[in-house]
Amino acid sequence: MKVDVAVIGAGVIGTYIARELARYNLNIVIIEKENDVANGTTKANSAIIHAGYDAKTGSLKAKTNVLGNRLQEELCRELEVPFERIGSFVVAFNDEEVEILKKLEEQGNNNGVPGLKILNQAELREMEPNLSEEVVAALYAPTAGIIGPFELAIALAENAADNGVEILLNSKVTSIDKSNNKYIIKAGSHKIETKYVINCAGLYADEINNMVNRPYFEIVPNRGQYHLFDKTAGDFVNKVVFQCPTKAGKGVLVLPTVHGNVLIGPTAENTGNKEANETTTEGFTFLREKAEKVVKSFPYYKVITSFSGLRAKTPTGDFIIEEVQESRGFINVAAIDSPGLSAAPAIGNYAIDILKTSAGAFEENKSFNPKRKAFKPFTELSMEEKQQLIDQDPRYGRVICRCEQITEGEIVDVIKRKAGALTLDAVKRRARAGMGRCQGGFCGPRVMEIIARELNIDITDVVKDGIDSYILTGATKTIYDDTENLAAATKED
Amino acid sequence: MVNYDVVVIGGGPAGLAAAIEAKNNGVNNILVIERDRELGGILQQCIHNGFGLHIFNEELTGPEYAERFIEELYEMGIEYKLDTMVLEVSPNKTIYAMNTTEGILNIQAKAVILAMGCRERTRGAINIPGTRPAGIFTAGTAQRFVNMEGYMVGKKVVILGSGDIGLIMARRMTLEGAEVKAVVELMPYSGGLTRNIVQCLDDYNIPLLLSHTIIDIKGKSRVEEVTVVKVDENRNPIEGTEKIFDCDTLLLSVGLIPENELSENAGVEIHPLTGGPVVNESMETSIEGIFACGNVLHVHDLVDWVTEESRRAGKNAARYVKNQLASNGNIKKTYAGYGVRYIVPQQVRVANIEEKLHLMMRVNDVYNSAKMVIKLDDEVYKRIKKNHLAPAEMESISIPAKDLINRSFTTISVELEVEEA
Repeated sequence: MKVDVAVIGAGVIGTYIARELARYNLNIVIIEKENDVANGTTKANSAIIHAGYDAKTGSLKAKTNVLGNRLQEELCRELEVPFERIGSFVVAFNDEEVEILKKLEEQGNNNGVPGLKILNQAELREMEPNLSEEVVAALYAPTAGIIGPFELAIALAENAADNGVEILLNSKVTSIDKSNNKYIIKAGSHKIETKYVINCAGLYADEINNMVNRPYFEIVPNRGQYHLFDKTAGDFVNKVVFQCPTKAGKGVLVLPTVHGNVLIGPTAENTGNKEANETTTEGFTFLREKAEKVVKSFPYYKVITSFSGLRAKTPTGDFIIEEVQESRGFINVAAIDSPGLSAAPAIGNYAIDILKTSAGAFEENKSFNPKRKAFKPFTELSMEEKQQLIDQDPRYGRVICRCEQITEGEIVDVIKRKAGALTLDAVKRRARAGMGRCQGGFCGPRVMEIIARELNIDITDVVKDGIDSYILTGATKTIYDDTENLAAATKED
Repeated sequence: MVNYDVVVIGGGPAGLAAAIEAKNNGVNNILVIERDRELGGILQQCIHNGFGLHIFNEELTGPEYAERFIEELYEMGIEYKLDTMVLEVSPNKTIYAMNTTEGILNIQAKAVILAMGCRERTRGAINIPGTRPAGIFTAGTAQRFVNMEGYMVGKKVVILGSGDIGLIMARRMTLEGAEVKAVVELMPYSGGLTRNIVQCLDDYNIPLLLSHTIIDIKGKSRVEEVTVVKVDENRNPIEGTEKIFDCDTLLLSVGLIPENELSENAGVEIHPLTGGPVVNESMETSIEGIFACGNVLHVHDLVDWVTEESRRAGKNAARYVKNQLASNGNIKKTYAGYGVRYIVPQQVRVANIEEKLHLMMRVNDVYNSAKMVIKLDDEVYKRIKKNHLAPAEMESISIPAKDLINRSFTTISVELEVEEA
């Protein structure tokens, strides 16, 4: 396969860059080792858009965060991705921490974060009544928001595919060779010849870089564990609530998700293992202790799931977005840990500017369509709209996931779309079937049936998430329905 | 808008019995709404026997037990809709439902019977750390795959929780050729019926590890091993007792939760301990004319008790429709005293009791030789001697109406008198 640009990694950064490059007349391919897009760091994080006061003034993190925050709104509108600018608090428990708030405020002002304000206890209580009495002040950042992170990457992938970008799943890059101003990439069963490589491989960006270039940076995985609570746990907080940052990170946060659940997390652990995305007893204890500092009487029994994600950190701390000196046309977009999701559009634009500087101007793609239609969740429709949809397609009249009230029509839609769902968890991420309190207990078998039918595969070949995550091990014992065979079978025994 | 006298939400054992009994009591205009593809509910996947000993005096399989009610429903000409999901129930008993053929249905009922059953507690609810690979199923989901869809879910199995479905699945998986390595139970006693422990574990040499739990799950794509640990009397893991089980499948049988989202949205008051609606002697919830029965009300261990309870709900819904139920009057309360976890019903209006008041309850621990003491306020009404009481086995007590009428009291309580060990 010959292309102009190969983007390695289908996380939020890779899909954003591919989608933005689709604005030009370029042949673009996204190469992804997993069987779905958004299947690494993008799917397991705090799901927030930071305001931008955390990063040191002048750093890439500071610049891209503030700018990315601003760009998210329009992006999410075009792609119909859930995003709410609900604002955030950093809370302080004592005078010492109030000093930290002041420093953050000053840094935020220098970074260009609008509207920062330190609130006293009374002002705070009015906005966030469930906060612990021990909180004495908070830094309020009105521009912080919450987002559906994998929803964003999936929407970007769909929109990229709609605009001609090819997405190769199940294609782990095994080698990259540089020759005569082009690169030959071997990935899964594919051989791709490309002029430009954009390395958005997340946790593995160092390994991808090292296939061609000198090893000049290292990605160190840093694990963050989370608890997600059932919707019935209630509206514990209205905004994203941070504790004062420490060296280890931004601390444990408590926040509402765009789907109405409550999320607490993360831990910050150096595991030294890029696959160590398990949760631990110690992690749970830590989360509980930290969250209890902030919010009174949390209903812990309403946890519906716990998960962990790995951030792609690098010891030097800042994002790495640059063309590799010795390799023209090879651009690293690496070490994208927090606030990578918030900064994503700005990171992507920055990388594209570098590419343009290196490659010269690209010809505009006049047929580029920036809009992507999300299916409107059936539950959010009025009774009349529901009726209309069922009239058009009766499958919208059959509820498959009871907890989230997801219909067969929606599930078929997310399978049939470009960059559509191939696995049980991929359906869950797109249509939310199995995301609710029974966690797929009732709908799992039905969703598998639909996936098998729509993709025309055997139900035993439907996997949960990763390539080898098989669910069924085969058929149950069968009864011989003709007696001749039975006799023969009995004799053999 | 379509009108019905009684709408039953759920076509499992509770809904079927309630609908039939409502019809037996003179209401003709009844609709049963079932979300699945067939009537009978979870009974359809319970292909083992042991159902019906109390109601039919014989041992039936789940589908056979369901079939008797389904046949009766057909014969009585009771209307039902399959593959139909109720989206909303309002306090004034307007129901929105939907299916593929009729679209959105708007139904007005005079009385509603909630019979939605329960769902299984999941890994999240018990919060086991570790990876999140394929191969972790609730026991009921595995049962559906094996018994209804015809697929096996694994070869080397560990089961967490000794609830009845877990025990039944230990046997079922063994019969299908899987190796069940152990059933792990956090409590010092089983959560299932004694007969299931004997018939499903002992008969197949499957170890039951009491006072144990799982503290870690390993495996990237599919379960590869689980770590089992002994727990102390406070249910905390005891360090140094870790045992690793090599397995590809973990089944969870760690409890059932009444499924009351519809009830809650309608404004029905939910009891914190049963997880089901607060009801009175007639199985009526805090909203007049909305009744509840079966596992949506509280989790049962035998379907026979579901049938009995649901018949009461059906009959009383019929009485309500015919204006035979006194809506006001003096409300007595029931009170779960020492050793009793909960009592259903929570409220009693003596005037509505026909013949007997039925109290159903669960104890909070295993007790050998105890007395159940029923009191009307402070006065002992009766002591019932019990050789064995366990949380897994529901207890029921009937009090003749004549013993309650014309007596002044405010609370009926049940407590245990335990002999010193």
